[in-house]
Amino acid sequence: MEARLQLKKIEKNYGSVKVLKDINLEILGTKTVALLGTNGAGKTTLLRIIAGLEERDKGSILFNGKNTNGKELRQIATLVFQKTVMFGSSVYSNLAYGLKIRGKKDYEIREEIARELHTVGLKNFEKRKARKTSGGEQQRIALARAFLLNPQILLLDEPTANLDPYSATIIEKAIMRTKGKCTVILATHNLNQAKRLADDVVHIYEGRIVEIASAEEFFNNPRSEMTRKFINGELDY
Amino acid sequence: MQDIIVEAFRKALELIFSGNSEVYATVYRSLYVTGLGTLLSCLWSIPIATVLGLYSFPAKWLIKGIFSSLIGVPTVALGLLLYLFMSHQGEFGFLHLLYTLNGIAIGQSILVTPLIVSFTASALGSADSQLRDLAKTLGASSLRCNLAIMRETIWSMVLAVSAAFNRGFGELGVAMIVGGNLFQETRVLTTSIALETNLGYFDVAMAYAIILMAIVLTISLAINLVERLRQEEMPWKK
Repeated sequence: MEARLQLKKIEKNYGSVKVLKDINLEILGTKTVALLGTNGAGKTTLLRIIAGLEERDKGSILFNGKNTNGKELRQIATLVFQKTVMFGSSVYSNLAYGLKIRGKKDYEIREEIARELHTVGLKNFEKRKARKTSGGEQQRIALARAFLLNPQILLLDEPTANLDPYSATIIEKAIMRTKGKCTVILATHNLNQAKRLADDVVHIYEGRIVEIASAEEFFNNPRSEMTRKFINGELDY
Repeated sequence: MQDIIVEAFRKALELIFSGNSEVYATVYRSLYVTGLGTLLSCLWSIPIATVLGLYSFPAKWLIKGIFSSLIGVPTVALGLLLYLFMSHQGEFGFLHLLYTLNGIAIGQSILVTPLIVSFTASALGSADSQLRDLAKTLGASSLRCNLAIMRETIWSMVLAVSAAFNRGFGELGVAMIVGGNLFQETRVLTTSIALETNLGYFDVAMAYAIILMAIVLTISLAINLVERLRQEEMPWKK
């Protein structure tokens, strides 16, 4: 069955500030969807709600037609944070953490970790201290950690922000390899990255969805004036 | 002044290597009461700190504030209070803890409780949000999240406990009032220093002070060394 994620009338407030307003979105299948928007548009908050890390004030999230709560969302979705967070242990322990929770056997964990590290270009990094690795390496470790869990929804919050072009390319290649395997929602304000990676694009502005379109349509023929301004760098924020 | 210090060092070395059993016994008693006191305190301080550091509830800030302000409680005031409780007519007089090493240990366990609670709760609280999110998004339950945070902050806990040990090891009020500074019974390093100073034997007092400082420094340095080895990527770990 094709995966189907539906967000219905999601709202989120921080005190008197409305961060997300009436978010309605449906993602069918294993697509890569880019959440585009200016800083503070609400991309991260939306990702955190889909990841089950934040409670929504209103609205519902359905996965394959079933209403899901935060705990259920955490079983199907994994978020890679913009600012990488590592446990203060080895790279191996960081990668093994989620697999152990899922009851995998040690030899399976070892094999899968070795394979995944190879995929993200960090072969033989198992024994290194995760926090002693570079920013680019940490982001790749974080991606590998998420890939290993085979999530049905992979959420990426600005995965290449502040990284050098080499690291960014490796990470983009790793994201491309997930195509067809899971639904990927990628928050970014990097238009070129969205062009390269996304099948569909969702433009959020001040907590509201302004436009949803295929990547080609979004960049070549935006329907909304706000999106056109955003693409042309004319949107004041 | 310089002569006294030089003489004190000579005397300290002499005392350490003289084979004087009372000196060793005094050091042992100090280590015993503070070690036991710190361990006892950990039994309740770490669970309290865990609740304060990891859970949210009304008046949490007030409880944390009370523990923080009690860190600097004067040891003589606490000693006096404990004396009243442990004395023959006191509520805990039937336990016969007054003028015993166990009595001092219990006093020190109370003395260091605010320190362990405050430092540990603060470490757990500050490590909380990002690590909790990470553990959660990797599929951890609330219990596993808390365990992950505790594992991450274990070293801060060790430092809190070692600071508590140092606080207990160097305190005088509780040891003097609850212990009574009884020769070969409850005399510890700090009470020995006070006694020798009162008697005018400054070199002996200074020698005891040097032994006390040496022990505190050795323990602190050893803990720092272990932490350094833990943090560093040693060649043999690669």
